[in-house]
Amino acid sequence: MDAILAQLLNGLDKGGAYALIALGLTLVFGTLGVVNFAHGALFMLGAFCAVSFRYLITLETVTVDPTQTTAWGTALEVRTPLAQTWFGDWGAVLIDWSVPLSILLAIPVMLLVGIVMERGLIKHFYKRPHAEQILVTFGLAIVLQEIVKAIFGPNPISQAMPSALRGAADVGALIGLAPGALTYPLWRLVYFLFSAGVIAAVFGFLRFTTFGMVVRAGMADRETVGLLGINIDRRFTIMFGLAAVVAGLAGVMYTPLLPPNYHQGMDFLVLSFVVVVVGGMGSLPGAVAAGFLLGILQSFASMNQIKSLLPGIDQIIIYLTAVVILLVRPRGLFGRRGMMEN
Amino acid sequence: MALFQLSRRDALILAIFALVVITMPVWTAPFGANYPGLMQKFAIYAIFAIGFNILFGLTGYLSFGHAAFLGVGSYTAVWSFKLLTMDALPALLFAVLISGLFALAIGFLSLRRSGIYFSILTRAFAQMSYNLAYSVLTPITNGETSLQLTLQDPRLIDLALAPRGAGLPTASLFGMSLSGLSGFYFCAVVLLIAFFFAQKVFASPFGMMLRGIKSNQMRMSYTGFNTRPYALTAFVISGMYAGLAGALLAVTDPLAGAERMQWTASGEVVLMTILGGVGTLIGPVIGAWLIKYFENIFSSFNEGILGRFFDFVPAPLHDTVVAIASKFVGEGWQLTLGLLFVLVVVFLPGGIMEGVRRIGALFRRRGSPPKAGAMRVQPAE
Repeated sequence: MDAILAQLLNGLDKGGAYALIALGLTLVFGTLGVVNFAHGALFMLGAFCAVSFRYLITLETVTVDPTQTTAWGTALEVRTPLAQTWFGDWGAVLIDWSVPLSILLAIPVMLLVGIVMERGLIKHFYKRPHAEQILVTFGLAIVLQEIVKAIFGPNPISQAMPSALRGAADVGALIGLAPGALTYPLWRLVYFLFSAGVIAAVFGFLRFTTFGMVVRAGMADRETVGLLGINIDRRFTIMFGLAAVVAGLAGVMYTPLLPPNYHQGMDFLVLSFVVVVVGGMGSLPGAVAAGFLLGILQSFASMNQIKSLLPGIDQIIIYLTAVVILLVRPRGLFGRRGMMEN
Repeated sequence: MALFQLSRRDALILAIFALVVITMPVWTAPFGANYPGLMQKFAIYAIFAIGFNILFGLTGYLSFGHAAFLGVGSYTAVWSFKLLTMDALPALLFAVLISGLFALAIGFLSLRRSGIYFSILTRAFAQMSYNLAYSVLTPITNGETSLQLTLQDPRLIDLALAPRGAGLPTASLFGMSLSGLSGFYFCAVVLLIAFFFAQKVFASPFGMMLRGIKSNQMRMSYTGFNTRPYALTAFVISGMYAGLAGALLAVTDPLAGAERMQWTASGEVVLMTILGGVGTLIGPVIGAWLIKYFENIFSSFNEGILGRFFDFVPAPLHDTVVAIASKFVGEGWQLTLGLLFVLVVVFLPGGIMEGVRRIGALFRRRGSPPKAGAMRVQPAE
């Protein structure tokens, strides 16, 4: 029982990342009808927002302190990170919390990246076939990841999580198990709660704001909304930016779990497409549900008992699920009937 | 025999193509690309791209997992070397056969869906093959260390004929060693055969049927054709081409690793085909050559070479120009490739071949402007 609960929990953080990326993919597909192979690259860019933020606030200024000398008799060089120069003692706290704080940088940056991407390239591809959309966004993904590689180098850059969130939470005690029976790394818990929060925010935005209502109307019937005199294109552009922000935030918060590297976008892209397909192309709740479902499935498949029963299952479970779903129920778990079902 | 007949135009193209391929060691010399290892790659990846184009170019089904067949071909060829003989022909034969069977199974399932779903399905199968080759299938694939020849290999046929020599053997053809230039000519002959076969496919009623699937599958079905067997045949043929290319990779270097099945390899063949020109015979070959050439030449550029190249730039700007340019070569040549690819997809969806056609049309139709819209025939829905 404990083991099953533990695997359930283990699947949640990865599932959260899948869900966030798949949510963005689905938003883009549902609004603009574009199959965006560069969406994984946005996740990767988000992660590197966190890297840049930490780099910025830890830029050091060197001052020479003549009152103190080193062991060699020269004047001591005092290195102060930028954050401490500006904020004094709060600087250390700032650096400690740099990953969550990077969100503040990531939101405007990713919004801008998304809008530029949509206006600059993707809008020319609405009328072209899906194959060409895939190709151009695939090329764009290569370009983005190579730019990141050129700037940050090919090696992963690990990011520390805030020291307060470094331990493990005794989840078992909360639900009445013996203390210590079921612990769970605190940051993974935070990631799960964070992704749940972002998902709730996106759904709330679409459900309860006028803007969201117009967007939903546009998803259902773009032409009619346009005929009502609403500039639906501009709203869809903003939705693309929003999808980029969601993917970026997923990337920012994922950095302590996976040191950012330039090819993580591609690694997650295929998985999140699988998530979208399993959930149902164009269905937002489907993307979320399938994200968590596949995350949990994956963590169950990597249990030793199951691996000994079906060797290698942990390597292919996600793809296998996708193949089965596509062949048996191509519209996915929550998809609308007839949605790309041919 | 009718089997070997070509139209006069195709025969001419084949003759020119053969001339170009056979003289490759001559005309690649000015580019510094006339060493056998690279020319072998030119021939091998041309086969891979031609095969991919039979599927994507003719039927429009975009497979994002074609490298799986390349990997299967390589593994099969190395196993043939290990178990039977170092002769290349059985290896090629087995590789084509096994990768064809593999393609039959994957194609049978994947072709039940079209469009993006087909791309994802092929992608998923390729990823599964890759992951399994790395983990559970290690007895067959030797996992991370790659499948290699060893001194203890049984090589039943070879050792029945001659005693085991010292050192590792190399691939051969009827006792003739296939290393260096002879290896290239072997690949070149296989490429010509593959090209000829592709010409036959393009010119056949079967090829016509495949084009019909691309332009309007629904109408094809309404006309009474069951399109799936045709698409599946195209899928299997193109899988066999990939297997052949994989086997040749193993012939030139008897080693097979799982990274050949990775998504980057699948993406590469897509890039080659698009860059050269989808649906044309020559386009994929040109695309493959360009990419392999740039991969080898661009990636060997360093700042020293660039510094000399940009000597004409005035001193204050010189270092900046070199620093920026260095991001696009060497390690970063894939950035150049990506940018080039995006530009081609945006402005020249027909690839280099369309560019050639457009320039040709410019010269031919000077004076009489082409009829607007003549090229764009919209099928009635």
